[in-house]
Amino acid sequence: MDWITQPWPWYVAGPMIALTLFLMLFFGKEFGISGNLRTICTIAGGGKYAEFFRFDWKSQKWNLMFLLGNVLGGFLANQFLTPDQTISLSEKTISSLQELGFENIGASYLPEEIFSLSNAFSIKGFLILLIGGILVGFGTRYAGGCTSGHAISGLSNLQLPSLIAVIGFFIGGLIMTHFILPILF
Amino acid sequence: MKYLKFILAGTLFGIVLSKAEVISWYRIYEMFHFQSFHMYGVIGSAVLLGIGIVYLIKKYKFKSIEGENITFVPKQMSIARYLIGGTIFGLGWALTGACPGPMFILVGKGIWSILIVIFGSVLGTFLYGVFRDKLPH
Repeated sequence: MDWITQPWPWYVAGPMIALTLFLMLFFGKEFGISGNLRTICTIAGGGKYAEFFRFDWKSQKWNLMFLLGNVLGGFLANQFLTPDQTISLSEKTISSLQELGFENIGASYLPEEIFSLSNAFSIKGFLILLIGGILVGFGTRYAGGCTSGHAISGLSNLQLPSLIAVIGFFIGGLIMTHFILPILF
Repeated sequence: MKYLKFILAGTLFGIVLSKAEVISWYRIYEMFHFQSFHMYGVIGSAVLLGIGIVYLIKKYKFKSIEGENITFVPKQMSIARYLIGGTIFGLGWALTGACPGPMFILVGKGIWSILIVIFGSVLGTFLYGVFRDKLPH
């Protein structure tokens, strides 16, 4: 049972993500998580402001249930399967983050500098999380999918639009990591 | 009960992404610096196997649990939409280290500050819905 509490290598995780894709297809649905954000907007009354949110959200209940499972999975993994929360990052990653002023790099899943409650509720920290979220939500809907919908579902079905979207994900990610993060930290 | 299977599939996905550290901000940073093979291995092997799965489903006309044909809806072609939208998504992905799945997995992990990111992503989706007609698609 030791293996289960160790970090899982890519060759375990990748096939299990493919298994999730298969399960969703077998259940008659297309795997894609970001559609839930639109559903949440609809439930919150977005239909009053835009046609885009006028649809029967109950038809998407299955995907909300998948999302609920995500929360549950995170809880179970954290509570019972991950006694050691440290992350073995590459030396280069550690030193480049040290240059940005990060401390305790890899001591837990997320950097204190962004996610600790005291940082999250400073003005700068709050704006980083809020604007980051807005970019994710706006971008994923504009692109018609996120990592699950495009990178996994779309690429698996050899969809050129998904390849373009994934190239976009990387353009944005590289700009942020290499040019904007060093300004912010 | 018909929803239980989706909850279970979601739980599996949540455990996998947690245990493989895909929900870690550091792993996303490392990926965009090309300093580890880990994330490329995860996504690459998932996609390669996914291609095989989709191919076999189509070839053998595999039926869903409800006995219906499994169908794939082709995505409409557009460069502006996917490239601009994708780039905006990527900016947010690298800043918060979280895409829509991991955000919710992190809630289960008890990372309360991620709720701000989730609120932002719902707000971002709302803004897209409002300005949709004015954007190039």
